[in-house]
Amino acid sequence: MADALTATTILAGRGAAAVTPARDNSRSWPALAMVAPAIVLMGLLLLGPLLGVIALSFTDYQLGSPRFAWIGFANYEEMLADRVFWISLRNTLTYVAIVVPTAVALGLAVALLIESGSSLRAWYRTIYFLPVMATLIAMSIVWEFMLHPQFGLVNGLLHSVGLEGRSWLQDRGTALYALCVIGVWQALGFNMVLFLAGLVSIPRPLYDAAEIDGAHGAWARFRLVTWPMLGPTTVFVVVITGIRSFQVFDTVHVLTKGGPSKSSEVLIHTMYIEGFEFFRSGYGAALTVVFLVFVLLLTLVKSSLANRGVHYA
Amino acid sequence: MAKIELQAIRKTFDSTEILKGIDLAIEDGEFVALIGPSGCGKSTLLRIIAGLEPQSSGEVRIDGAQVDGIRPSARNLAMVFQSYALYPHLSVFDNIAVPLRMRRHSTLARMPLVGRLHPARAATERGIREEVERVAAQLELSGFLKRKPGQLSGGQRQRVAVGRAIVRQPVGFLFDEPLSNLDAKLRVHMRAELAQLHRQLRATFVYVTHDQAEAMTMSSRIAVMIEGHIVQVGTPAEVYDNPQDIRVAEFVGSPKINALPGVIREDGGVEVLGWPLGLSTPAAAGRCSVCVRPERMELSSGPSAISGTVLHLENLGAEAFVHIKVERIEMPLLARISPDRQLPAIGSAIQFGFSTTAVRIFDAAGKRIEVTAAARSERIREKAVG
Repeated sequence: MADALTATTILAGRGAAAVTPARDNSRSWPALAMVAPAIVLMGLLLLGPLLGVIALSFTDYQLGSPRFAWIGFANYEEMLADRVFWISLRNTLTYVAIVVPTAVALGLAVALLIESGSSLRAWYRTIYFLPVMATLIAMSIVWEFMLHPQFGLVNGLLHSVGLEGRSWLQDRGTALYALCVIGVWQALGFNMVLFLAGLVSIPRPLYDAAEIDGAHGAWARFRLVTWPMLGPTTVFVVVITGIRSFQVFDTVHVLTKGGPSKSSEVLIHTMYIEGFEFFRSGYGAALTVVFLVFVLLLTLVKSSLANRGVHYA
Repeated sequence: MAKIELQAIRKTFDSTEILKGIDLAIEDGEFVALIGPSGCGKSTLLRIIAGLEPQSSGEVRIDGAQVDGIRPSARNLAMVFQSYALYPHLSVFDNIAVPLRMRRHSTLARMPLVGRLHPARAATERGIREEVERVAAQLELSGFLKRKPGQLSGGQRQRVAVGRAIVRQPVGFLFDEPLSNLDAKLRVHMRAELAQLHRQLRATFVYVTHDQAEAMTMSSRIAVMIEGHIVQVGTPAEVYDNPQDIRVAEFVGSPKINALPGVIREDGGVEVLGWPLGLSTPAAAGRCSVCVRPERMELSSGPSAISGTVLHLENLGAEAFVHIKVERIEMPLLARISPDRQLPAIGSAIQFGFSTTAVRIFDAAGKRIEVTAAARSERIREKAVG
């Protein structure tokens, strides 16, 4: 996430440097000296590793091996021909397509409900924010118990209302969707907090004006004031949730390991298996580059939206 | 157009009483200014009239009909806010059109996409366009209809807010400190524009401000609110010349009125700093405040009634203020003089007096005391000279 955000900053920075007319050198070197520490750190910590990964993706390097050879686009060719890659890409996109809208819509709904109520606000905020603070690995184990086919809470509840339970995480048809539910549960609290902050910053007089102008009812007020004023927050929340959903790994690794039969395989998990279990670092690096491209795309969408379309008060 | 009546309005926020029984009748077509120091409850009162805030007790009547429990828009009052409260994502045109769209389109026609298919929508929208354009022309906003509020100057935003108010042809207008976000020069200009608008529309205006200059210049009547009470209602001249309470006297008028410590003698005569004023009052003996407006202070070079030293001078070109330090009075007194004459030097001794007709006297509780000129009516200055 941080990588991608900074990557766009760097791109933007380059653009700005290109349009600035060349100043005379005697005056520009103190400026360069002053930005040097930041540039050195950025190069060392961000650009260096990024270029390293890109370079690595053109080699056949294996973790621990004493030598490697440049193999051009062979890793990428292999990847495009690999069924597992396409499955994990499709699964990742499905995961993002389900988690992002659901977690954003529910986060907004919860924030609106908390904001409109008068009692127990702090209590509700804490409850919904707990999943964000909890370690996802530990929570995954709790979910594993809850989703257990025989003595899990979920199937128990379904049983008590007369519905047939399933083995959620072991079923090819439900494993990915079960992970989506956990993803939504985890992202909800964070989105809610961001939306709450956005709601608080909407000027009160706008609601008064809406009331005077005849916007009665929650829906009219939401359409006229709340939703447009939340524009910047919404773009931010969507992009952050999108990037975090692309990065889904913990729950997959703990609960399903991508199974059964690759039905919940996702990009980062494939990357991990290739890189750290099969030690094919070069191929893993190629997968990482593909992943970075997607995250970068999301960030570009965000910055272009932020620059026009969306209103910033 | 409407008559707005307030009867025994009280408002309590968590055990703090903000409004303590407000009675006020605003006539049809009148321009009433509610003024008072910040925190006196004037904005709360305006919000109660608008219906944005329910009163704790009391009644609001518009044209004789009680409006408690009626929604703000149904009261058909328009309101202009201090921050203008324009919708920042909508263009000037859309901002002005909002109240019309809310009233004339059905909920279905206002829906994001489906609404466009609604059969009656196009015709209604045409009517709205005409009216918005007419109002925009009236306020000289025609060139800015496509802009967003963020691209307008303060004065233009103010006019858009007024446009949004007048487009719906309300029975009354409520203004909540509408000029306080503008710079001084523009404020003076907008004062004239608003007064003109009032003459043009002949609508009832209720105008809240803490700036007494706005109230004095625009309104037909002023209601002075202090600590949750309306202390005095009257024309600007009345409130300025005949304040019924020392707080009114001190709040209205800039610079502030001079208050000198006085004494009412047993025989009813009034003295200030030991000098008899030649006034008598039926009020009980005791301490009182003798108040004189700065422009009624008369400086004299010769020996006069009260003497002090010049502490500070402010020459504003058209007028000059002399700050005079007088012994036994904590605050310096102010005299407003014409700068044509020789200004006294800072630090020099100075004498001053005032005519008995310039004096307003308030008792220890701050209430106005009626005085009559004593039989031997003479001006304190002449007495001193003589």
